[in-house]
Amino acid sequence: MKKVNFRHSTSRKLLFSVAFLFTFSFFGLAQNDAAQDTTATEQAASGGDAAQAAAGSDLGDPAAGKELFNSLCAACHKPYSNSIGPALHGVTDRRDRDWLNSWIKNSAALIASGDEQANAIYNEWNQTAMPAFPQLSDSDIGDILAYVEQPKPEAPAATAGAEAGAEGTGGGGVSVNIILGILVFVLAALMLVLFLVNKTLRNFADASGIVIPEKPKTKPIYKAFVENQFLVLVSSVIVLLAVGYFAYGWMMQVGVDKGYQPIQPIHYSHRIHAGDNQIECKYCHSSARTSKHSGIPSLNVCMNCHKSIAEVAPETATEEYSKEFYDKEIAKLYDAVGWDPATRTYSGEEKPVKWVRIHNLPDLAYFNHSQHVSVAGIQCQECHGPIEEMEIVYQNAPLTMGWCINCHRETNVRIEGNEYYEKIHEELSKKYGVEELTAAQMGGIECGKCHY
Amino acid sequence: MSSNKKYWKSVEELNENSSVVETLQQKEFAEEIPVDEFLGDKSSLESSKTSRRDFLKYVGFSTAAASLAACEGPVTKSIPYVVQPERIVPGVANYYASTIADGFDFASVLVKTREGRPIKIENNDLSKFKAGVNARVHASVLSLYDTKRVKRPMIEGRNVSWEEFDREVGSALQNANGDIVLLTQTFASPSTSKLIQEFSQKFGNVRHVVYDTVSEDAALNAFQSKYGRRALPNFDFSKAEVIVGVGADFLADWYGGGFDAGYAKTRIPENGKMSRHIQFESNMSLTGANADKRVPSTPSQQKAVLKALKAYVSGTSSTSDLPANVDDAVVKAASQLRKAGSAGVVACGLPDEQAQTWAMEINEALGSRVMDASNARVIRQGNASEVAKLVQDMNNGSVGALLIAGLNPVHTLPNSKEFVEGLANVETVVDFTTRTDETSKLAKYVAATPHYLESWGDIQFSEQSFSLMQPTIRPLFDTRQFQDTLLKWSGNSMSYYEYIKDTWSAGLGDRNWGEVLHDGVFQANSPVTVASGATTSNRSYNIDDQAGDGFELMLYTNTALGDGQQANNPWLQEMPDPITRASWDNYVTMSKADAKALGVMNENVANGALNGSYVNVSIGDTVVNNVPVIIQPGQAKGSVGLALGYGRKEGIQDEMQTGVNAYPLYKDFSSVQKVKIEKAPGVHEFACVQLHNTLMGRGDIIKETTLEIFNTKDAHVWNKVPEVSLNHIETPVTSPEVDIWDSFDRSTGPHFNLSIDLNACTGCGACVIACHSENNVPVVGKDEVRKSRDMHWLRIDRYYSSEDTFTDDLEKKENIGGLGSSLSEFGELEEPADNPQVVFQPVMCQHCNHAPCETVCPVAATSHGRQGQNQMIYNRCVGTRYCANNCPYKVRRFNWFSYAKNDEFDYHMNNDLGRMVLNPDVTVRARGVMEKCSMCIQKTQKTILDAKREGRTIKDGEFHTACSAACDKGAMVFGDVNNEGAKILEKKNDDRMYHLLEYVGTKPNVMYQTKVRNTTEV
Repeated sequence: MKKVNFRHSTSRKLLFSVAFLFTFSFFGLAQNDAAQDTTATEQAASGGDAAQAAAGSDLGDPAAGKELFNSLCAACHKPYSNSIGPALHGVTDRRDRDWLNSWIKNSAALIASGDEQANAIYNEWNQTAMPAFPQLSDSDIGDILAYVEQPKPEAPAATAGAEAGAEGTGGGGVSVNIILGILVFVLAALMLVLFLVNKTLRNFADASGIVIPEKPKTKPIYKAFVENQFLVLVSSVIVLLAVGYFAYGWMMQVGVDKGYQPIQPIHYSHRIHAGDNQIECKYCHSSARTSKHSGIPSLNVCMNCHKSIAEVAPETATEEYSKEFYDKEIAKLYDAVGWDPATRTYSGEEKPVKWVRIHNLPDLAYFNHSQHVSVAGIQCQECHGPIEEMEIVYQNAPLTMGWCINCHRETNVRIEGNEYYEKIHEELSKKYGVEELTAAQMGGIECGKCHY
Repeated sequence: MSSNKKYWKSVEELNENSSVVETLQQKEFAEEIPVDEFLGDKSSLESSKTSRRDFLKYVGFSTAAASLAACEGPVTKSIPYVVQPERIVPGVANYYASTIADGFDFASVLVKTREGRPIKIENNDLSKFKAGVNARVHASVLSLYDTKRVKRPMIEGRNVSWEEFDREVGSALQNANGDIVLLTQTFASPSTSKLIQEFSQKFGNVRHVVYDTVSEDAALNAFQSKYGRRALPNFDFSKAEVIVGVGADFLADWYGGGFDAGYAKTRIPENGKMSRHIQFESNMSLTGANADKRVPSTPSQQKAVLKALKAYVSGTSSTSDLPANVDDAVVKAASQLRKAGSAGVVACGLPDEQAQTWAMEINEALGSRVMDASNARVIRQGNASEVAKLVQDMNNGSVGALLIAGLNPVHTLPNSKEFVEGLANVETVVDFTTRTDETSKLAKYVAATPHYLESWGDIQFSEQSFSLMQPTIRPLFDTRQFQDTLLKWSGNSMSYYEYIKDTWSAGLGDRNWGEVLHDGVFQANSPVTVASGATTSNRSYNIDDQAGDGFELMLYTNTALGDGQQANNPWLQEMPDPITRASWDNYVTMSKADAKALGVMNENVANGALNGSYVNVSIGDTVVNNVPVIIQPGQAKGSVGLALGYGRKEGIQDEMQTGVNAYPLYKDFSSVQKVKIEKAPGVHEFACVQLHNTLMGRGDIIKETTLEIFNTKDAHVWNKVPEVSLNHIETPVTSPEVDIWDSFDRSTGPHFNLSIDLNACTGCGACVIACHSENNVPVVGKDEVRKSRDMHWLRIDRYYSSEDTFTDDLEKKENIGGLGSSLSEFGELEEPADNPQVVFQPVMCQHCNHAPCETVCPVAATSHGRQGQNQMIYNRCVGTRYCANNCPYKVRRFNWFSYAKNDEFDYHMNNDLGRMVLNPDVTVRARGVMEKCSMCIQKTQKTILDAKREGRTIKDGEFHTACSAACDKGAMVFGDVNNEGAKILEKKNDDRMYHLLEYVGTKPNVMYQTKVRNTTEV
């Protein structure tokens, strides 16, 4: 289960050097690729938009409708599937336009007026009232309807797009290979030329009777080395030191799980949540504000949003993880929390998720999130790394004592507006003759502050 | 004065030639490491097949294997809630007010829970009715996680569902051939009383018998005949100026306990005044140990004392037939009482109605405002005559069904044999019990009931003080409350929770239910009236019949185990008795003279452990065999003491099956008995910490003075700071000029100090258990304690000293003139052990500013913090034990073994259930490291963090250690001395303040307040 990347520092160093060498050779290449990719996606996107615009043009502007839909309707409605309210795709076929206008502007009034259709749907959806939107003009409603009446984007189209992308990159690869081939060819040609020149010169020398002087036979180099005791001594000292250095380095990383990236029971992507959707970390990890634990959010927190998000948008899918993959992971959440998306009810059958803990601080060290998050105002990323980019979370910091202490030595205590620090700061800054106090000066590197 | 007095912990120390004492003074670790055992034995070495080469191979392999194994970390799973309860934040403790009411201990408590599991019990400061959160209540949280609990309902030993159980018992009750009898503990619960009335109405032939394992029947009878209600008078000792105790251990469990906080308030001299406490008693009790004057007297003498006292106070008589010294004390006590008037009080603990009535009459005659008969205590309701009648009825077959709740009568009834015989005649026996015990073994139906931390309840302490019990965890097992079951059987569909709310629907006045539940306590009048006619007792108690030879036995409940309900609780078993300092045992306490006469011995073996002889104790044909004896200084001659609550075998882990069962001697529920004692062969090994961790023979540990000197002389007379000569000038050791150390700057931020008032400390031991539960202190077991390896971070040292100072003795000896006077006056130079004075001194790490331990640690595992704490870093410690050696106070404890998850130490840390009590904020220490008091740094850090988060300064009184929070006597005060106006600063500047072994120059952050005794005679 435990998968650790970059465990050994030596192998890491080797890898680094190789990477360094190859950087130059592939740098230009990568740039080419990237450029091509972006243009490809842009084209696809604009193409799609154009097609959609064309399809919905008789009702209104689907682009404007999308904006309105997301801000007003998306909490309860989805275009293609039922949510808190019914799916809206095809609604213009089911109802006439005037009815829709009056329903959207004030559904309660319509129901109260005794409209048969209105009452039927009100009762069908468990008498959940839809809020009134008197601010919407008829043309706004038209825009929204234009948006929801767009044909459902076909899944094969997405695959096709991906394939096209793959071909595109494949084409780039060919051109690189050609350049490489040419280079190899040129090099080989050069070697051949050199060899031939050398041979020709020797032939000339033979022909003109010049005797090339033989090199006097010297001792083989290894023998000379062995006989030179000083050199042996120096090099063995160097070898020993090197071995010691690397052995120490190896031993020091024992138990340091930097880069630990276990596979979790549900593939939860911080990239999607914290990165793409900009969800504040402490929305889910709320106990980081008040507790020593940041807390793994309980599943009811997930359900705050995922009650209405049963599938990811097609854009969320990456090359590595398809939309189907992500949707299956959301289904895992539903299974664990006992939610039936079809009937939109909880079955009561709960299966707690056994997450694999990534950051394992030993029991002997006390760490309190709220001290760092609420009092010091440190960003989560400071220790946890670019969490908003992580598809699978890994341990970013070594979590060694040295790492803690370094930070405590370098970081100034945030005292602004905190009455607790007022007197202490005044006295201590006078004592140390400084304006800003580090955590260490405040007593943050005393052993007993973390070990008890 | 302080330095003239000789203090001793054990009789052994009075022996000048004792090699044991000498060894213990010189050596930190009394026992050598048995190197010879495994290396010195030549024959075993030679016969071994392991050659040196093999050995090296093994070492090499295991080193390599260990380092390889270290590479791969374990996979840790984290399982969050599916739906997180709103108020639970992982990592943040929640507190709930609740109440313990187990029939013996009644107290309003605050329960600390973490992630939904209770981990600690604390005082509920809102409680007006001080019903002592004592050591047992503190430890009760561990009993929740007792592995020997009954986990589900059973019929004839077979696990059944509640449905089946209800069906079977329901039909059995319907068809009961005879009376249905409820034999219960004192519930002191209005709702339960109401419920039982309803249950009786439903079945018709129901009788309710209340049985207190340790009875207050005599006092209840006396109160009833005097005041017409079956209750016990309440006392508020904080209003007392003169207290006379006659056989009443009112600092312990007398009348249900909880009087110590009020008592302690009057013991701190304020404006030159403090209370005067005179105690007449036979056993050396906690109360006697705290008295200003203690008069050893046998129980029969005590009754005479009370009689004389009554006569002297009312002035009707001026003579008694008591021994001269006792009579003298009574005369003086009487005149002091008279002088104190309404501030005087007499407390009587004799199981004798006449004596109890006399005491109440004296108090009435004095107009004592200490005794309160209007708001009487109802936490003892037991009725011995009805219990006796029940046993009779059972034997003649008139009882059809017996429902036992919260009791273990098979073990605790003096006439248990008859009870067991009677049980066979009862068709339906239902035992409502939390843990398996002797009674549940014999009952056909066992109804598993939850622990009080899983239950609802309303408790009535006294006629106007109430408290609510609320669950703090979902029941761990398939249990159901006794009351819920009764509701079901009476055909009521309500839950007991709803039932309580219903009972109180109109009784809470202007307060609402939520508010009251939050506070836990409230003042009201009971909404339920109990027919008092059924509770009259016609049994009379009289202890006059003590003539003839033999000893007067005084049965008592000790601090650790009480009535013995929590005998399977290792914290309590390991808690040293405050007086004898023995753990894991009960024993006969005997005076030195009587022991000598009987040929009974106590001796300390080479490592300081105590051995003692056995005796057989008998009343008629009831014999309790092989009871070990401890020679107790201060025990009245001709009397012996023995603690109840020990000797249980059923449902108790092997390790906890300690002591002997004294209940068979508790004839007719009278704690005073005439017994015959004879020596039995064999030697008992005690786990007595009396001689452990001595202060290396250094004196001046205790500073003590009398009220008179305290009031009239300067502080430097009675609380002299040691001086050294600097340039031929005597300079106090505390002055900076004689200090050769550089000092830390502690002027910024909090600087913690702890003050311990020797006057207010009664030695009750609540702090010891609070420390246990707060700091995950391991239990090491009897054998290890015997080896002086107890792990208590906080110990309460008990010192004896002779009544008069040794200097006085010397003066007297030198002034003897002639043979005639020498004969009489030598006689007055009593044996120091006959009636010693006692001082309790809680000692934990003193957190020295110049800590000797820090300088000797080779790996800097113990270092100093700016907040005044001496910090101990377990993960850095390599276990050299230099620090313990260099500690002048002997407060460091070494982990000789791994005490968690180790089958050799099968206590709570060896099972998943028991480990739930561990405090997640404190490390469980590994084998081979030193540990000691941390001044609860986890608590102070938490307080600081809360303040930082809220952006505010910290008010005085917010900082607490586990011990200072547990001490409801105010003996321990903790706080920040950099905070102007803090109470601790006041204590620091108090004239009584001194540091332990001040002349060593360690500058401790723990300070003590000189003990002042009120020796004023009128």
